[in-house]
Amino acid sequence: MTEPLLRIAGLCKSYGAVIASDHVSLNIRAGEVHAVIGPNGAGKTTLVGQLTGEIAPESGTVRFNGREITRWPVHARARLGMARSFQVTSIFPRLSALDNVALAVQAGAGHGFGIWRPARAEATLRAPARAALERVGLAGRAAGPAGALAHGEQRQLELAMALAMGPRLLLLDEPMAGMGPTDSQRMIALLAALKGEVAMLLVEHDMDAVFALADRVSVMVYGKVIATGTAAAVRADPAVRRAYLGEDEAA
Amino acid sequence: MDNPRAAGARRAALIGAACALALLAPALAAAAGADYLIGVGTRALILALAGLGLNLALGYGGMVSFGHAAFFGAGAYTVAILGFHATLGEPLLTWPFEIAGTESAFLAWPAAMAAAGALALVIGAISLRTSGLYFIMITLAFAQMLFFFFVSLEAYGGGDGLGLWARSSLPPLDLHDPWQFYYTVLGLLALFAVLKGRLVASRFGLALQGIRDNERRMRALGFPTVRYKLAAFAISGAVTGLAGALIANHAEFVSPALLSWQRSGEILVIVILGGMGTVAGPIVGAIAFVATEEALSQWSEHWRIVFGPLLVLAVLFARQGLWGLIAARERIHD
Repeated sequence: MTEPLLRIAGLCKSYGAVIASDHVSLNIRAGEVHAVIGPNGAGKTTLVGQLTGEIAPESGTVRFNGREITRWPVHARARLGMARSFQVTSIFPRLSALDNVALAVQAGAGHGFGIWRPARAEATLRAPARAALERVGLAGRAAGPAGALAHGEQRQLELAMALAMGPRLLLLDEPMAGMGPTDSQRMIALLAALKGEVAMLLVEHDMDAVFALADRVSVMVYGKVIATGTAAAVRADPAVRRAYLGEDEAA
Repeated sequence: MDNPRAAGARRAALIGAACALALLAPALAAAAGADYLIGVGTRALILALAGLGLNLALGYGGMVSFGHAAFFGAGAYTVAILGFHATLGEPLLTWPFEIAGTESAFLAWPAAMAAAGALALVIGAISLRTSGLYFIMITLAFAQMLFFFFVSLEAYGGGDGLGLWARSSLPPLDLHDPWQFYYTVLGLLALFAVLKGRLVASRFGLALQGIRDNERRMRALGFPTVRYKLAAFAISGAVTGLAGALIANHAEFVSPALLSWQRSGEILVIVILGGMGTVAGPIVGAIAFVATEEALSQWSEHWRIVFGPLLVLAVLFARQGLWGLIAARERIHD
């Protein structure tokens, strides 16, 4: 298969004088972990927004799984197999952890409003939800309200919700944000275990995570992708060292 | 924190006691020599049904509708207009197909729900493009439009309203008998409370609550959230429309006042006072509302001076509503 899972071509988006995406082109192959790094304000989150459908690009195209989805609404992309986690934890705090994941299963379970059977008694929703919680190590916390989980656990819950959608591609917007070293290590191990099974676009500041997980790395500066390649190649790229890594390593 | 199981048992006991009281209420009123209270109770139950309808949009869907009087009034006018044509013996419509008037509850009440539901579908489809304060304002605006539409509808009484020749016929019952009408309303309220209980625990209901709590997340999970909200809004309007059909029967009179913004506010207050997002809340709210109104209005004609502050206190001190206060918080399920 030569067609990549996700093909981004020439995406442009600006906010007034600020150019957030300047002809961004990227490919993500099936099963690949592709990290996008870059200093703050480089346009990484805007890029994620254009992939999920929350932000409309001014020009350029997004093709996913062989279809052009540039103008598709958010929910339709999700149903096609694109799952995201949010930079700021986004869960349903009043519902139990299991309910949170069961909603994700339900979203992927097909059309039809069930209006009669109690959804909390449906094994076809609960069993996959439990499996996803187990996968991220939250099996013991299924019953309590999601809002009562610790920060790191909530990030794990987000991942469980994304997994429960049965995605082809995970869009992970800073999954390690705000985590201590222990939680970060656990999240890296979780993502490493998923490698190969599902493709990931990983936006992350934590260089340890990026170099541990990524097959390829793209570097963004001022809305432009200035380099793409293996971690080692990108690390050695003089333009990247100048623009980004140099400062980081000196710090 | 309450033990969930104890809270559940307490809730079950409360609901059982309330059902027993509701069943015995007409007999108690008659024994006390206050037969007019049966009518008051009937009105409270009708408002409870209206609140139950609104709660689906407000409490479960997070849609603050300030225009539910439109659906209440649409339901009421449907019954009144169909009855009016039945009395005249003239069809309501001759083209493109003939619609004859009717006094049958089996036809008029479902028609009232259909009319209110269809109206809610149209108003919702437009209003749901907005959210927050704008949603409140646009639903209010639609209700006001409808209010003035009925004011200017001279054929059906205009601003003076339209009397019903008779209550709907629901054989073998005679709805002119206050007892039978009371139990009919009580039965419908119980039926819709059970249906709503099923609905909010279903896939649709959980998705709706997810949208209320975090709509952006639901979209990212793959839910077409607007479609869900619109469906909930239409069902909500239809149920409030049925309450309207009942109030038309209760008063044997309809007027544009049924569609006034004050009426929308009243239904909102009933839901908020009783407890949003619970099945029992609007029922408790409606009974408390009507009982307080009744008690205070006997005491003074300026009863609203006391009623207003009481409502403010109730909302301040019972954030979960009266039902939340007496039955403890909703249990979080496994």
